[in-house]
Amino acid sequence: MLRHAAHRLASRAAVAGRRALSTAGVPAQAAEDSAFVEAWKKVAPNIEAPKTPMTLMQPRPPTPAAIPTKLTINFVLPYKSEIANKEVDMVIVPATTGQMGVLPGHVSTIAELKPGVLSVHEGNDVTKYFVSSGFAFVHANSIADIVAVEAVPLDQIDPSLVQKGLTEFTAKLGSASTDLEKAEAQIGVDVHSALNAALTG
Amino acid sequence: MAMAALRREGRRVLLSTPSPAAAMAVRSPAVSQPEIAPLGARSISTQIVRNRMKSVKNIQKITKAMKMVAASKLRAVQIRTENSRGLWQPFTALLGDTPSVDVKKNVIVAITSDKGLCGGINSTSVKVSKALHKLTSGPEKESKYVILGEKGKVQLIRDSKKSIELTVSELQKNPINYTQIAVLADDILKNVEFDALRVVFNKFQSVISFKPTVTTILSPEVMEKESESSGKVGDLDSYEIEGGETKSEILQNLTEFQFSCVMYNGALENACSELGARMSAMDSSSRNAGDMLDRLTLTYNRTRQASITTELTEIISGASALEG
Repeated sequence: MLRHAAHRLASRAAVAGRRALSTAGVPAQAAEDSAFVEAWKKVAPNIEAPKTPMTLMQPRPPTPAAIPTKLTINFVLPYKSEIANKEVDMVIVPATTGQMGVLPGHVSTIAELKPGVLSVHEGNDVTKYFVSSGFAFVHANSIADIVAVEAVPLDQIDPSLVQKGLTEFTAKLGSASTDLEKAEAQIGVDVHSALNAALTG
Repeated sequence: MAMAALRREGRRVLLSTPSPAAAMAVRSPAVSQPEIAPLGARSISTQIVRNRMKSVKNIQKITKAMKMVAASKLRAVQIRTENSRGLWQPFTALLGDTPSVDVKKNVIVAITSDKGLCGGINSTSVKVSKALHKLTSGPEKESKYVILGEKGKVQLIRDSKKSIELTVSELQKNPINYTQIAVLADDILKNVEFDALRVVFNKFQSVISFKPTVTTILSPEVMEKESESSGKVGDLDSYEIEGGETKSEILQNLTEFQFSCVMYNGALENACSELGARMSAMDSSSRNAGDMLDRLTLTYNRTRQASITTELTEIISGASALEG
């Protein structure tokens, strides 16, 4: 019985290993920082140099000569990659300066996001997410990376709870005494009003 | 009746005058297996071997259980780690990675585990951190440590006590989540001055392979300087900054966000590596215990048979002496 358990464990571990190998098996890019490796070898010749992020990720394609037809987006959250390398027509991000539309060939931009609606347009489909905050990078090769702390599809938001939260935080803002409390209450009010606007708008 | 008398005789002989020959006879099995005969025993006793076997069996059970626990925890953490792998890639795509950057204030953030029995991963992290420290110290440069996890603290406090800026423990009391790491990152950024942060952790390649990895994060000022001078930080200048505030404020927010994302991924990868290392350590330990148990069983059987043979020999020689 123990042998079976051990065998099952080994096979499970092998499966787990296989699963991990398949995702972590990005071929080592030659984009290593050779200066770093050289300096490392001088200081610690017996220890293998640690890996650096450049070697662990796929290199990005270079900027094409003509403007591509589609925008490739990566939408990541801490607990999952919501959208990875998907080709879409347009994406509208809620930047601090307002809703920003990104089309293929958009100029390279770094935008900080505020709580609001992110919509992804692919043909006739529009997927909307409510994003709490984060950053959006648009690169010259028509790749847009959106990193958000939290995002939910709009249909998963409960309007009654939004209203309740809004009234609660407005009350807290009124009764806040210290700066910290005021800041927290203000953030609550901002997020809930944005949620409200997202649901209605 | 005669046999009982003989047995009593034998006991008296052994107790009263252990002649050198008898002592040698007693000692020779004792030489190969020390403490075989507790004092006053009539024949060779298997008690001690039995005790050892029981304790080794218990250890084997414990290590097997620890391996199963680690395996089940690993499954859960591995999924979360794989999901978090996309988090740091946009930052590296935008800002590049410059581990060989030359700055005055380096802070090395070493992510280690709190619990032990996990193989060599903490020692590897500490070795890499110390080598980085040597690499980044110099006449005008200085290097400090921020340590996450008890095991790293214990190892680094021995010789680099002065360079330790901050230590954090009990990271994994609750499952690692982004909020907790964000608060921690905020703490570190507030209390520690840095020009470059180097986060050292063990990246989880597979259940048996963990590679030490270092991610470099530059402070906003250094980033601006680097982007102006060389092309390594990419063409940061070519990026338009969408935002009401100044470029430096956005860069500051960017640095802080990058740090928290990198730390989140690093903590998860390190947790995965710790569980994987613990699994293999416990596995080899239970295998060793099994081998030891086999050897002890052989010894036990040999001792048992030897004592039976000795008893029989005494009786038979006594009986043949009686017969004449």
